[in-house]
Amino acid sequence: MSTQVPETETEAETETEPAGESHQERRMADKAAKREYRESEKKAEDELRAAEESVHLKVFRYDPEVEDKQEPRFDDFYVPYTKGMTVLDALMYARDHYDSSLTFRHSCRQAVCGSDAMFVNGRQRLCCKTQLSEMAEPVRIEPLPHQDVVKDLVVDMEHFYDQMHAVEPYFQSEDVPSEEQRQSRENREKIKMSTRCIWCGACMSSCNVAAGDNEYLGPAAINKAYRFYMDEREDEEELKEHRLRILEQEHGVWRCQTQFSCTEVCPKDIPLTEHIQELKREAVKNNLKFW
Amino acid sequence: MSQSYNRGLVEDFSRWKEFSAGMWAWIFHKFTGWVLVGYLFTHIAVLSTAIPAQQGEMVTNSAGEQVSVYTNTLSLLESTFIVRLLEVGLLAVAVFHILNGIRLLLVDLGIGLESQDKTFYASLVLTGAIVIASVPTFMAGIGGA
Repeated sequence: MSTQVPETETEAETETEPAGESHQERRMADKAAKREYRESEKKAEDELRAAEESVHLKVFRYDPEVEDKQEPRFDDFYVPYTKGMTVLDALMYARDHYDSSLTFRHSCRQAVCGSDAMFVNGRQRLCCKTQLSEMAEPVRIEPLPHQDVVKDLVVDMEHFYDQMHAVEPYFQSEDVPSEEQRQSRENREKIKMSTRCIWCGACMSSCNVAAGDNEYLGPAAINKAYRFYMDEREDEEELKEHRLRILEQEHGVWRCQTQFSCTEVCPKDIPLTEHIQELKREAVKNNLKFW
Repeated sequence: MSQSYNRGLVEDFSRWKEFSAGMWAWIFHKFTGWVLVGYLFTHIAVLSTAIPAQQGEMVTNSAGEQVSVYTNTLSLLESTFIVRLLEVGLLAVAVFHILNGIRLLLVDLGIGLESQDKTFYASLVLTGAIVIASVPTFMAGIGGA
């Protein structure tokens, strides 16, 4: 927020000055940026001194594209604590005041977008939903395990998204309904929890089995499949069969060994293991027919 | 298992340090399962000493008596402290595997998934209790006496 005032000033200057003095302009902008940086750092120092409490962050740093940063290391940041501060708030403070190259994903800051799942103090957590006051110091922040690290705290989610799409998470009914399709209250209750997934990838990253078997669909994708399999509005028998066929393959539901890691780390409290187990039973019921 | 994921230089970072109840249960279940399989083969190997005994073959034991090969082997094993200790261990392993097996059965049936950690602790405590209660029986005539 503090950076907004000088920004508007330089903008006004560039509008009035002729184009010929671009070098001068650039130099001025450079100087302004440097001054801004110094100021923010000093401001952080002042704030740190003024704050009653400060929090010690240990943040994983790694950048494969810069030669000097290829060796993974941990950077220490001391952030002034304010009441209600989340881990994400602290990270943003560190980025804005100490090191603008600190990279991490975040967007909504209210546990809806699912961008900021990280490995905080030895567990997958959604940073914007994790209160700093609940964390033991130093707060150790690392990227999600078992995924490629792109830079600092950013991991490659491509594989996770592939698995999510593999279960065909969309209604496939061929005939278009003539009127609004209503869902019964009971059915809504049944799939309610499974619809809460925000694709943060914490469950997949926590799963021991997914770590050892890269083809395993993973808890999030199976939960997504559950959401569509259990929905009564798609009631064609062939479609249900089709969905089950995807799930009961070698790397589908049967890979789950009920360790409950996913259920424990899920920031939206989705009973993932329960859903996987239910689909296992569905698969058995579908294949074992004695009548 | 198909290929696992290795992210090279940063592979050793962000590893689980604290295991949750469910993960411990899984590891213990695997471990006890393999121990039981190992025991099965050892058991068969020991029992196969009964084969010559079937033909009436006799050996002289430490006390100078004529006993069958089978009786000799078993009494020799039963008189050693380490074997008695291993028997207690075997009981512990088997009891945990049975109790956790029941727990997993319930999980598969979708019963009590919310209290899966409590049932794990319960099976641990129960295993401990049964094993401690069995020690006097297993250790009878050895150690003190």
